[in-house]
Amino acid sequence: MRLEYFQLIDRIIELDLDARTVKALAQIPQTSTIFEGHFPGHPLMPGVLLIESMAQTSGWLIMGLTKFERMPFLASVREAKLRTFVSPGQTLALTARIIHEGSGFTITKAAVAVNGKTVADSEITFRVMAFPDPKFRDGMKLVAAAIGFPPMANG
Amino acid sequence: MSSTFDTVANIIAETCDIPRDTIKPESHAINDLGIDSLDFLDIAFAIDKAFGIKLPLEQWTQEVNDGKATTEQYFVLDNLCARIDGLVAAKGA
Repeated sequence: MRLEYFQLIDRIIELDLDARTVKALAQIPQTSTIFEGHFPGHPLMPGVLLIESMAQTSGWLIMGLTKFERMPFLASVREAKLRTFVSPGQTLALTARIIHEGSGFTITKAAVAVNGKTVADSEITFRVMAFPDPKFRDGMKLVAAAIGFPPMANG
Repeated sequence: MSSTFDTVANIIAETCDIPRDTIKPESHAINDLGIDSLDFLDIAFAIDKAFGIKLPLEQWTQEVNDGKATTEQYFVLDNLCARIDGLVAAKGA
């Protein structure tokens, strides 16, 4: 997890385009300035970053389904539940599945687990649109390759 | 069995917290009811599910942006419901 780059996913470990599901892993760093403020003497992974990690996991799934022709942008987060504290150093097991593909938008259900226990989950809506710039698409493909995105789904 | 309009009006009322009795067939979803594009995604999701269709929002938006159609053609509820009925009929054809 590279918090300073807002890259919250370390590795795609399973991408099933037929089932429209994805699994990913992310290791929370032991130290970060974020934990100095959140909270002093009691470091906790911010809930908004857990939500972002679910959004990014969902986003990779959507990009895989569109063969990197379209980019998902976070539009709404519904029923986000942050069920327990998550600490620096813990490993997140992230999952997401598509529940609806509309015209120009996609809705997923995503979850985060630590040691087999769900710590957060949410329903997330994305606006899905063409990449505004080919450089943007190329940049996302580079990140995808770095996190183990299957080449066949990498456009 | 409720009409297409009743179903759509109920969806809008529930999704956007708009009093049901203010939603009329002649209401324009954007201009009269004040529904923004994000709320309309939730409405489209509910309509897609309720009718088993996929509202072609991107195509409609493109046509409006290109000046080939007016928002009234798609977002006045009477017209929206007629298009939903057309999509449902096309699905069953």
